Amino acid sequence: MAERLKTVLLQAADIDRALTRMAHEILERNEGGQVALVGIKTRGELLAKRLAVKIAGIDGKGAAPAVGGLDVTFYRDDSALRSKPAAASELPFSVEGRTVVLVDDVLYTGRTVRAALTALLDYGRAAKVQLAVLMDRGLRELPIRADFVGKNVPTSSRERVKVRLSEADGEDSVAIFDGPEGA
Amino acid sequence: MKRLNRKDLLDLETASAGEIGLILDQAAAFREVASRPVKKVPALRGKTVINLFFEPSTRTATSFHLAAQRLSADVLDIKVADSSVKKGETLLDTVATFEAMDLSVLIMRTSHAGSPALVAAHSKASIVNAGDGMHEHPTQGLLDLFTLKNKYGRIDGLTVAIVGDVLHSRVARSDTWGLLKLGAKVRLCGPPTMCPADMVGLWPGAPVTVTHDLRQALEGVDAVQMLRLQLERQQRFLFPSTREYSQHYALTSEKLAYAKPGALVMHPGPMNRGLEISSGVADGPQSAITTQVANGVAVRMAVLYLLAGVEAEG
Repeated sequence: MAERLKTVLLQAADIDRALTRMAHEILERNEGGQVALVGIKTRGELLAKRLAVKIAGIDGKGAAPAVGGLDVTFYRDDSALRSKPAAASELPFSVEGRTVVLVDDVLYTGRTVRAALTALLDYGRAAKVQLAVLMDRGLRELPIRADFVGKNVPTSSRERVKVRLSEADGEDSVAIFDGPEGA
Repeated sequence: MKRLNRKDLLDLETASAGEIGLILDQAAAFREVASRPVKKVPALRGKTVINLFFEPSTRTATSFHLAAQRLSADVLDIKVADSSVKKGETLLDTVATFEAMDLSVLIMRTSHAGSPALVAAHSKASIVNAGDGMHEHPTQGLLDLFTLKNKYGRIDGLTVAIVGDVLHSRVARSDTWGLLKLGAKVRLCGPPTMCPADMVGLWPGAPVTVTHDLRQALEGVDAVQMLRLQLERQQRFLFPSTREYSQHYALTSEKLAYAKPGALVMHPGPMNRGLEISSGVADGPQSAITTQVANGVAVRMAVLYLLAGVEAEG
């Protein structure tokens, strides 16, 4: 492995604080509206679950938003990245007429979000779609922006951003490594 | 395992447990697609899939056609009556013609064992065997495995009976290969003319047994696959009468009671109701027959996607 750790951007407490703030912002923006959180697999789904718990805690009425997980492998336009097996999506609710917040760990080229928007349309017509990401690293290749951002960090395409979450990786952290994506 | 390291799917005999597992996992993702309001994904957009069927088939041809369409491929169905093969063109020339039109996947059903393999050796396109003579019908085997795995969560350690004209059945062969690769035990059952004792020689040393007694075959099994009785075999004196065959080998509720409680009943279709299977069993709570059909589309989507939609490494 040629990759070398450069900086740890967020540690567990930072991630938690960012998610708390994002939960507040999502509530504020959608006051009175019933949002559904749809996480992009794998780590976006884990973040969506955490956000749902936080939103339920803040809201007082205690009703956690519906949470789904979306696998966008079949919708990707970069077929080289389509080389891993897809997991099944789970959207246990109707998106018809709802406000859906797409959740992902890192916003980079925007191609994953583009694929997720296409996939979401196949489930019905959501009233609104918003985007929440833990980390926006810039370098967009499509006209896509996030509505809720945990942290903005400009990066270079020669760097690699890795989000680790305790549910999948045993610890919470966001770090930058040397070496391009997919290396 | 992330991708199939093969161009074609010709049989389950040469498939590894890892490859079969990958196809079944991928099929689970496609089964979810079938539950959406829009049952279509753009994974094979711009690819061409041709269904070349030299034998009549409704369910397999329809299932492959739907699978290709739900992956957004362009799909053509060619029945032999319409094709130039009837005008004397060789099979390889027909395929070369398709290939000149940028064919990605050719799905073949023929009565000649081995002809998909012949085509595969001469074509850059991926060849999927949709049944070749008495050899194999790998996607049927895969969908049966998928149906079993959804019910039991595993294949390893299951005991499955396959009953009927085992000797002439490509379904029985693909099922048996698949079940053995994933660690199941297989009991083959039928009259001696259709299920000779020396069939076990095809799988030396494997946990396959042959019996001519349906009760013995069913005792304690987790699932049973009832094969279709091909009535034209009677003309070849393989069984004396349909009535006698039925008495010995039809799956009825009384016979099914010998299997484990809740054992899964499968049939690759089309069924001869009242002949190899009673309507009570076919429509009963243990029957997975319509589930098999639904799973068939998901499994075929997985196969087409893994062969044509996933880039090779490098």
